[in-house]
Amino acid sequence: MLALIAAVALLPLALANNYHYEIAILVGLNAIVCVGLNLLIGYAGQISLGHAGFFGIGAYGSAILAARYGWPPVLALAAASAAAAALAYAVGRPILRLRGHYLAMATLGLGIIISIVIATEDRYTGGPDGMSVPPLALAGFALAGERAWYWLVGALLVATVWLSLNLIESPIGRALRALHGSEVAAEVVGIDSARHKLLAFVLSAAIAALAGALTAHYAGFITPGKVTFLHSIELVVMVVFGGMASTFGAVVGAAVLTALPQLLTVFKEYEMVVFGGVMMLTMIFMPKGLVPTLAALRSRFGKAP
Amino acid sequence: MSLLRAEGLSKEFGGVRALEGLDFEIQPGAVFSIIGPNGAGKTTLLNLLTGIYRPSAGRLWLDGRALSAHAPHEFAAAGIGRTFQNLQIFFNMSALENVMAGRHLHERCSLVAALLRAPRQARAERACRERAAELLAFVGLEAYARAAADAMPYGALKRLEIARALATQPRLLLLDEPAAGLNPSEIRDIDRLIQRLAQSGITVALVEHNMKLVMGVSQHVLVLDHGRKLAEGDTETVRNDPRVIEAYLGAGEH
Amino acid sequence: MSAQLVQFLLSGLTVGAIYALVALGFCIIYNASHVINFAQGEFVMIGGMATASFLGAGLPLPLAALAAVALATLIGLALVKFAVEPARGASVVTLIIITIGAAILLRGLASIVWDKRIHALPAFSGEQPISIAGATLAPQSLWVIGVTALIVAALWWFFNRTLAGKAILAVSHNRLAAQLMGISVRRVLLVSFGLSAALGALAGILIAPITFTSWDVGVMLGLKGFAAAILGGMGSGPGAVLGGLTLGLLESLGAGYLSSAYKDAIAFVIILVVLVLMPGGLLGGRATERV
Repeated sequence: MLALIAAVALLPLALANNYHYEIAILVGLNAIVCVGLNLLIGYAGQISLGHAGFFGIGAYGSAILAARYGWPPVLALAAASAAAAALAYAVGRPILRLRGHYLAMATLGLGIIISIVIATEDRYTGGPDGMSVPPLALAGFALAGERAWYWLVGALLVATVWLSLNLIESPIGRALRALHGSEVAAEVVGIDSARHKLLAFVLSAAIAALAGALTAHYAGFITPGKVTFLHSIELVVMVVFGGMASTFGAVVGAAVLTALPQLLTVFKEYEMVVFGGVMMLTMIFMPKGLVPTLAALRSRFGKAP
Repeated sequence: MSLLRAEGLSKEFGGVRALEGLDFEIQPGAVFSIIGPNGAGKTTLLNLLTGIYRPSAGRLWLDGRALSAHAPHEFAAAGIGRTFQNLQIFFNMSALENVMAGRHLHERCSLVAALLRAPRQARAERACRERAAELLAFVGLEAYARAAADAMPYGALKRLEIARALATQPRLLLLDEPAAGLNPSEIRDIDRLIQRLAQSGITVALVEHNMKLVMGVSQHVLVLDHGRKLAEGDTETVRNDPRVIEAYLGAGEH
Repeated sequence: MSAQLVQFLLSGLTVGAIYALVALGFCIIYNASHVINFAQGEFVMIGGMATASFLGAGLPLPLAALAAVALATLIGLALVKFAVEPARGASVVTLIIITIGAAILLRGLASIVWDKRIHALPAFSGEQPISIAGATLAPQSLWVIGVTALIVAALWWFFNRTLAGKAILAVSHNRLAAQLMGISVRRVLLVSFGLSAALGALAGILIAPITFTSWDVGVMLGLKGFAAAILGGMGSGPGAVLGGLTLGLLESLGAGYLSSAYKDAIAFVIILVVLVLMPGGLLGGRATERV
């Protein structure tokens, strides 16, 4: 945890220009989503192929409330996150009764429906061309500039990680991990698995929406491109690549898979091929993810004489 | 008054009658065994008693009150705990954490308190950890406290499930084939453990194939065959019942 | 019946036939391996794009189509070797990500090997529209429906009347028992993936003259084919066909009478509704979990 705080505090020393800051901020925002998503996938053992939908509700919800209805951005942000949480609650109850592939497809369907609605209702959302978003402001002070945003996102990331770690070490966290281990055994020791799955789902949706809203206000613009099936997949891959059931793994996964494509723009054409290849190779050779695999290797070699 | 009473308990799957018209009583403090040939419906019965299956017909009373629980976690809250024939250990956690998870019913934890790690929460965590360690010691697994569950041997895992079930502080503990797959020395350990459990005031009901264990440790035996009650009574009565001998015991000693 | 309704029904049947073929591909692979092959849509894409590419290289249409199907089949076999076999015994999440990764990889390769433009294939027997009950039908639609019907019949014969087909079904019912009976699971997997790839490619070739083809046409088609498979009952061949046709009709009627902007959403709403209300689909059974 201290390492993370140190990393966030010291990273600006390595960031040379605005572009680097931009990448760092994007990494931070993705990491926030991934920490939340990791609660659902890594700890509770469920899956969601539609989380970009919640991201989109946060982004567009906040954008619409702030831009078209003149709400103060912070309030719009909060309201959009609450809306995403409410949707997750409503839809989560029936959906989370499903397992495995079926749950994956249901979340997939949900995510795509959200993205279609966003792209179609252009009177509110600006349709496929997107819409502009007012900057984040509190009591008249607008948050502008990469450095200010960096500290905000960094602080929020640290806070999210802290909250997540606390949750995992608590009885609620144990209940989530138990239902991942064996749902029937969890039930038999008194854990209401439906309620806990829903909790993980709603929390991760709210966190994704928050990050979505922040992204919208940061960029000043939002398009449906951020609400696609592909983005949902990217998020899942970040979580799984970094390490399931590892909060720091989620952060690492987000960092690697956000920064790498940016830094490898030379290979823009091959981006998809590389991404697809990385997905396949990771799952075949490192199914537990990067951080847990490295940790296991370290403990194995650490014991060598 | 009986601890658990079943009346007309039945379970049907499609056209298959797994259990039919079952009536029995479990007295508090006794060790109650459920035996019968394979397919007799023993695990189905346990699943009905823990809410994993819903009965097609019949009723259950716990402590004289009708059991109105629906989901398995409600049965657990009512005081019924169990272990599984096919281990359902939380392999993604350590032995200690498995037992700590079993304490769920007795931990009050609000979401906010969990997220913010209130000092009261930290104290409760420590207490939970200590209690779990005690339970591990009770079943003879102190050596495995730090161990990852997926690194433990089979015999230890069977006892871990018992420790986890005990963590829920059950009034009635259902053990599904606790001796399956164990060697004779391990079976003697299970025998002693069951007796210690009975002495500590927990009512134990076990489904078991190992006749030596059953006859040695039980006060009361229920024999099932093809989903129906074949016989019920103390060990002597059941052992000498010609119907039981014909259907089951005559097939061979363990 | 109004001419407009007939029009909607005909176009619904046409696209429904394509969904049925894609759904059958999902079904065959799922039965053999319990894997949902998210790359199924890419076989459809490969069918259309490869044919366009071979046509452009000078091959006559039938040969180009054959070559495209062969290519897709080879890729299907490669998928087994490089994606499915190495991941033997992996969890559901892992398998899902592997096949999605394969899909993304194939799509990326397609955009590099070919291009990102839209391509058209010539209609098989001309463009002269046929008049039916006041509605017009492109001859290509007849090809689509006709060839699909032939394929469905051939598959039915294969799975029910041939030893090879029955072997595949045996694996889907009980893998271990099938192995003990001497059936090579590996070969069954290869045949299933190869067959599904060929089906997908054929679907892509059939529909390309009507809806054109491009490097990313596989995403939506794959997902909708999957919706059809779920609607009919995952793992049920007749269900796949029924689901595909139903989805096609619902889409067409929905777009015509309700809202054409939300046409694509219909398939996904169906996914949600079916999964929540009757996960077994129209023809699927219910499964119980043993403890």
